[in-house]
Amino acid sequence: MSEVTATSTALSPRRMMLKQALRHRGLLFGGFIVVTIVLIAIFAPFLAPHDGYEQVLSRKLIPPVWFDSPKATWDHILGTDHLGRDYLSRLIYGARISLMIGFSAMLISGVIGTTLGVCAGYFGGKVDLVISFLITTRLSMPVVLVALAVVSLVGSSLTVVILVLGFLIWDRFAVVMRSATQQVRNLDFIASAEALGSSTPRILFVEVLPNVANHIIVIATLEMAHAILLEAALSFLGLGVQPPDPSWGLMIADAKGLMFFDGWLIAIPGTALFLLILAINLLGDGLRDVTAPENRG
Amino acid sequence: MTNPVLSIRNLTVALPGMTDRENAVENLSFDVNPHEILCVVGESGSGKSITSLATMGLLSPALKITSGEIDFCGVNLLEMSESLRNFMRGDQMAMIFQEPMTALNPAYTVGSQIEEVFKVHRNLSGEERRKETLSLLNEVQLPDPERLYGAYPHHLSGGQRQRIMIAMALALDPKLLIADEPTTALDVTTQAQILRLLKDLNANHGAGIMFITHDFGVVAEIADRVVVMRHGEIVEQGTADQVLSNPQHPYTKALIDAVPRRAAENKTEESTASVVINVEKLNKTFHTSGGMFKPARTIEAVKDVSFKVRLGETLGIVGESGSGKTTLVRCLMRLIDPDNGSINISGVDFAAPPKSQLRQYRKDIQIVFQDPYGSLNPRRTIGSQLIQGAMNFGISRAEAWQRVYELLEIVRMPRDSVNRFPSQFSGGQRQRLCIARALVVQPKVLIADEAVSALDVSIQREVLRLINDIRDRLGLTVIFITHDLRVAAQICDDVIVMKKGQIVERGDVGQIFNSPTNDYTKALLAAQPGQDWDIPSFTEEEILAEI
Amino acid sequence: MLAYLFKRLISALLVALTVSAITFSMTFLTGDPAITLGGETATQEDLATIREFYGYDKPIPVQFFNWLGNAVQGDLGHSHYLNQPVATEIFTRLPTTMTLGFCALLFALVLAIPLGVVAAIRPNSLLDRIALGVAVVGQAMPSFWFALTMMLWFSINWGILPVSGTDTWAHFVMPSIALGYYITPGVMRLTRAGMLEVLQSDYIRTARAKGVSRFSLLFKHALRNAIIPVVSLAAVQFGFMLGGSIVIETIFAINGLGFLAWESIQRADLPMMQAIVLILSLFYIMLTYFADAMNAWLDPRIRVA
Repeated sequence: MSEVTATSTALSPRRMMLKQALRHRGLLFGGFIVVTIVLIAIFAPFLAPHDGYEQVLSRKLIPPVWFDSPKATWDHILGTDHLGRDYLSRLIYGARISLMIGFSAMLISGVIGTTLGVCAGYFGGKVDLVISFLITTRLSMPVVLVALAVVSLVGSSLTVVILVLGFLIWDRFAVVMRSATQQVRNLDFIASAEALGSSTPRILFVEVLPNVANHIIVIATLEMAHAILLEAALSFLGLGVQPPDPSWGLMIADAKGLMFFDGWLIAIPGTALFLLILAINLLGDGLRDVTAPENRG
Repeated sequence: MTNPVLSIRNLTVALPGMTDRENAVENLSFDVNPHEILCVVGESGSGKSITSLATMGLLSPALKITSGEIDFCGVNLLEMSESLRNFMRGDQMAMIFQEPMTALNPAYTVGSQIEEVFKVHRNLSGEERRKETLSLLNEVQLPDPERLYGAYPHHLSGGQRQRIMIAMALALDPKLLIADEPTTALDVTTQAQILRLLKDLNANHGAGIMFITHDFGVVAEIADRVVVMRHGEIVEQGTADQVLSNPQHPYTKALIDAVPRRAAENKTEESTASVVINVEKLNKTFHTSGGMFKPARTIEAVKDVSFKVRLGETLGIVGESGSGKTTLVRCLMRLIDPDNGSINISGVDFAAPPKSQLRQYRKDIQIVFQDPYGSLNPRRTIGSQLIQGAMNFGISRAEAWQRVYELLEIVRMPRDSVNRFPSQFSGGQRQRLCIARALVVQPKVLIADEAVSALDVSIQREVLRLINDIRDRLGLTVIFITHDLRVAAQICDDVIVMKKGQIVERGDVGQIFNSPTNDYTKALLAAQPGQDWDIPSFTEEEILAEI
Repeated sequence: MLAYLFKRLISALLVALTVSAITFSMTFLTGDPAITLGGETATQEDLATIREFYGYDKPIPVQFFNWLGNAVQGDLGHSHYLNQPVATEIFTRLPTTMTLGFCALLFALVLAIPLGVVAAIRPNSLLDRIALGVAVVGQAMPSFWFALTMMLWFSINWGILPVSGTDTWAHFVMPSIALGYYITPGVMRLTRAGMLEVLQSDYIRTARAKGVSRFSLLFKHALRNAIIPVVSLAAVQFGFMLGGSIVIETIFAINGLGFLAWESIQRADLPMMQAIVLILSLFYIMLTYFADAMNAWLDPRIRVA
């Protein structure tokens, strides 16, 4: 009956998570697509057949190569837009812009939101009161409108868009991290750490953070998707990335007037956006399933 | 001989997937007769709950019944349609569960929840239902049935909610009542009341009761017949007399042997050792502002508490929930700030100075908590968590590791534990590791806050022995917090009894048990289940023998 | 419950005040608001006139209180582009946006809640996977692309729905779907998660032990508890939709608040922009408060403390 000699049999938690991750279809599929798109974006100069900015007006509005049209040519696999620019090249460079904005905004909002959330969850009391108030205030403001208003007043450049988005979408980080930190805070090993003489910064970084890190990763992927969607919406309305830069949202906006005749002008960047967001969301959901399955849904 | 109400024959329930054993229960056979209380005893993982759920038809879909039959009044339940079985639930057979705090629907009044049983199974008018419900509330000895009828579950205490559950279960006079550890989550005094209620009801109704428990004291208190389970199989069954006084199977003997006994001797001499802890007039009051669920309240959690502990002693602090013992401990550890009073540990006042000044002295007093599953950081290796304390206090890494390995040997855990993660260990193993972690900093005082309450009885005994061992080897002073007097009797020298934040009685162990002076202490002692049971003792060989 | 509601009211008012302050500070994003209004060719005299008319020459806190005081009385400023009070234009267009938002919410709830309940009853079944698939796809589609694609198919290619405007109920179909589908995944997931959690709870097991029927178990016992957070979420999402309607309204040429916001941004009509942000934020705060009140009423633990 004694357990003295019994050795542990279960795998370490890291190994178990890795095993589960490799079996999760959504995670693998999403991860694969995201990595592919990231690689395409990184190696854009080598992959794009043409310069995405070069306007050749004699070659405008050539449909994609699979269309049954005399103008279609393998030289422009995805056709050209109303200014004769190669669509495929613009798509590839557009990936760069989307990913860059999404990633940067996610980083900024992640730092802001995580810091606020963890502090609110750990220190409680007045700190929590103030931070919760900040979160409620931020939640009360319509994001798209405020972003549009600010960008219109300050001027729309890549930096401005990233900063505005970063400073607006931190709320989910803060809310989730706050609740996750509160749950960890009540566990006995935090009290033990305090009793063993660990300082507060040490407790936060060594005891608390590793136990909430899985939430950070999940929210980070979801907010990156969110940022990319917002940037596309802003660009669509003309207040995000400015022409001639190839943002996918901008490409859709340009094509709006022509969609009745050349529907593929909208379909292609739209599908690309959809695929990227879908992949990121699947990746995020997969990570959540593997690292914190109790939070599913 | 009347026919049994329930007759389980060769029941086998398979476990899904890759688990440590193939079946949850295997080849189970036993009966429950009308009017009797049958106790099913076993440790965690013995399969006793699964048996009850299978009988009621409430098993989770992942668990499949692969063979056997469950006969209820002669009819095999397993061959019945689900709708017919559902028809019988609540009417012919009823069940009450372990956790009263979550067992009632928060959205409806308790009156309407009792009435629902009538609505589903009988054709009564609203007036009649209400009358029946009120009489039921009376029968389970709840005060003021009229008012309670319209109350919501969150207005009631755990004991009261459990009575509501019993009322719902007995409403239609079922032939079989299954009670799955119904008193485990209750205070010992409340437990005593509920057990008495069940015995009264058993006398007045004809139901056969299948009572599941892990506590042999409870078995001694109420059982007519006993079934002992282990790893999904029955190892012994018989009348209460037979099993409790003359058990046959080594496992039963081992379980009974592990039951904490009452203290026998009175201590005669006063200890002359130096005082290590001196607490004087400690106070802590909580003011909760009106939250979502409660109005604003002032709770005097710790009121004017004073006591001394001498070097090498084990002091037991005994109290039920709400007694203030947890708050007291947190004040001692300075995890929360007391309002006033002094805590003198080896010359250092822990109560007054700001927390930051105390950091260097923290190593003198360490703590092991109740829940082995929350007291270790799941994301750090055992090794890194064990040496952390020592390194915080300036000990070199090399020396810290040396201490860790020494302690691992003392708590009898293998050296390679340091590279593993908490999830790879069982509850009892984790408690040992927590003890090792606390001892790495070489404290003068070790507090065990309900450190064995969450463990099986057999493991409890091991850990208690370990704590005693360590105390003697390392010259520690131990403060042992518990709600269970029997456990306190095992290892404590002196005992303090707390109620509602105050100390109501203090004395050495023999005194408290054999001649208590305070009414509350007497009530606590009287509430211990199975007092009339003359617990037999066994030799080591008998316990370790294989049949 | 009253004490709870009162505290939440105070909190809501404080938030409203802060939001007003932030909205007001938008005036100074460009540096000198007078220059924004007057344009780069304005002379010093013109600028001085503008400053005096709009009150930009007074100290900032005074400006804020004036602005706030006026707003509370219904005067949200004057739009010099339309040459009429801002409030008039806003409240003319508000009902359209409210209608759109309401229809979108209805669409989302009618789709999401049953889907969530069904998915929770049979987790990991085909139906569950379909529901989750719908959620994942819905979250990934950019609203403007979805709107345009719908327009392409339903209006252009098949001609069964009108392209733009707001004359008949048919005009609201595509915009409602385009606006509503975005919150469907969130509501569905919350319903599903809530139901799953509630179905595992002890009181459901107690109800089953009482022999309660399957139907009663799902709706009277489970959904009754699981729906509470969903109601809060729905109220809050309504506010989100009011704010996010700008994209849909511009595409379908719906003359609502969103479209007005779009126009004022184009025209750099600062008072109008500020007023719209303020109104929507206040609406949002009101809706959150309403959601809290609903929450309190539905949960006896708060209602009858």
